[in-house]
Amino acid sequence: MMAAICWASPATKEQGFFLMIAGRLLARGMIAGCLAAALAFVFARFFGEPQVALAIAFEAARSAAEGAAPEHEMISRSVQASYGLATATVLYGAGFGGLFALVFSFAYGRLSFQSPRVLALLLAVAGFVTVVLVPDLKYPPNPPAVGNPATLALRTETYFVMIALSICVAAIACLIGQKVAQMRDAWTGWLCGGAVFVLLVALVQFGLPDVNEVPDGFPAVVLWRFRESALGMQAVLWGSMGLIFGALATPVLMGRAQKF
Amino acid sequence: MMHPSSSRARAIAAPAPVAIPVGALLPWAVFGLLLSVLMLYFVGAEQGAVSLISGHEVHEFVHDGRHLLGFPCH
Repeated sequence: MMAAICWASPATKEQGFFLMIAGRLLARGMIAGCLAAALAFVFARFFGEPQVALAIAFEAARSAAEGAAPEHEMISRSVQASYGLATATVLYGAGFGGLFALVFSFAYGRLSFQSPRVLALLLAVAGFVTVVLVPDLKYPPNPPAVGNPATLALRTETYFVMIALSICVAAIACLIGQKVAQMRDAWTGWLCGGAVFVLLVALVQFGLPDVNEVPDGFPAVVLWRFRESALGMQAVLWGSMGLIFGALATPVLMGRAQKF
Repeated sequence: MMHPSSSRARAIAAPAPVAIPVGALLPWAVFGLLLSVLMLYFVGAEQGAVSLISGHEVHEFVHDGRHLLGFPCH
């Protein structure tokens, strides 16, 4: 318990000590992201892949009806649905795990949450809402066969702009909420922050262009199930990342971690 | 199950947490941001709207992940 961050004797306030803590948190964030991604992969494998297969079957039937030659498979479907999906999910988990750890390292001790576990879970929920839910409400995930390749550049751009604006809006709402909480009380702060978030999200989503590229005859139930499983996969990823990171960060912050 | 006395000891030994100063966070933030953005870029956008490496192998390999994680794919 000598190095416990919460004791903060003059010796432990040294730059090097905090540098080590921040590095450890970043590494553990990426590990938490990878572990959470493994769980998300299992979810996607069971719930997402069947819908991807149905969408590809629709695409194949459509191009066969148009008399086009079947699409050449550069990488087989089974590799895409196993190693490919696993690699993509783990890279995504590690990437957001790192960003999550950085936000946590900044928020810890600055927001009024004592427990690292509670803070981690709360930030994970906030991250899911900001980075996934809000952008996906405007630009929902699409299965293969949905979407016009000619507009890909525009759709990619607007999607990333939507994520960036959502993060800005969350930061603004958080700052306003905290100011109000300091002036009044925590409940009023949460209410004001939440109201600002909803209002600004509505404005941003109203302002950005709409995309409507679902082909005629595409089964509605496949589209719905695909989007459900895509959101479910993200909920598994962010939820378990928050829980795992909370467990991994606690020993670092309490000075009980042995290595890294 | 946590021993009652140990949980009480922890509650006493954990007063208000101390924030990590921005100066100690900054180098890790730059490193972590670069690494994370690079990873997310390869999952989300490479050989789609933008292409650093020619061909379609990266796009095809992460294809299912890109769809299910919500990125525009094609």
